[in-house]
Amino acid sequence: MTEAFDQWQFVIAAYALGGATTLGLAAYSWLAMRRAEARRDKVREG
Amino acid sequence: MHGFANPARFLRIARWATPLCLLLGLVLAAWALVWGVFFAPADALQGDTVRIVYLHVPTAWLGMGGWSAIAIASFTEIVWRHPLAGIAARAVALPGAVFTALCLITGSIWGRPAWGTWWVWDGRLTSMLVLLFLYFGYMALDAAARGSQQAGQGQSRITAIFGLVGAVNIPVIHYSVTWWNSLHQPPSITMGKSAMAADFLVPLLIATVGFSLIFGGIVMARMRTILADEQAEARLRRKAMRAQAPAVGEAW
Repeated sequence: MTEAFDQWQFVIAAYALGGATTLGLAAYSWLAMRRAEARRDKVREG
Repeated sequence: MHGFANPARFLRIARWATPLCLLLGLVLAAWALVWGVFFAPADALQGDTVRIVYLHVPTAWLGMGGWSAIAIASFTEIVWRHPLAGIAARAVALPGAVFTALCLITGSIWGRPAWGTWWVWDGRLTSMLVLLFLYFGYMALDAAARGSQQAGQGQSRITAIFGLVGAVNIPVIHYSVTWWNSLHQPPSITMGKSAMAADFLVPLLIATVGFSLIFGGIVMARMRTILADEQAEARLRRKAMRAQAPAVGEAW
């Protein structure tokens, strides 16, 4: 007995996961940096 | 190299290099992935699942490259005490772990239609899983050292040694497919040679450059976060000491 795969399901799953994770990590790192630098500037001024 | 170990100089460069790397990386990676999905041909044997290569190979390269960067930064910190080396190593750990996990997951998704199984305990997959656990160990050790105030901005000495020793796994991953029998294919791209047709190779190279730029942008953003946090903490400590000084004088 052989299984029939829809190959595109695997391609879409890999791309969705890879794209979302990469974008999420980039956005998280960027926002954390902006927050930390804003806090540092606030402490400097205060 | 020593000139770039100056945090002020690094911040001057990173201010424009961080968004540039992230934006250029996102554009190149998106271009390569669209090319890979819609315009690159399907493989004669594997069919459309070969398109996962445009995501799987860059994440594998960055997972291994990330730990190589940790090892080099750890060596630099231990030997030359560069102020930025430890910060760079700490900044690489999280994106390195995330890209290693992505490599394992996309490989597993590819393995199901190509090999008929999600996972096999062969040399390549197992050594890559060990790399993910090494990243987790590195981050746990760094957090523990930070919690016990053993480290300044950079890594503690024990974390740096762990980063250096863990590099022994990198050649094991690389040569695992030639040392042991494996379902995983041997390397298609070696120094100056490629077994891949140009139709597959060009988008793969663009994807690798794109994801590497994103990785570099993330690392720079994380280094800037660590530096900004440390600068804010140092200023708050100085303020607290100044505020306490008259009270101590009055007590005497």
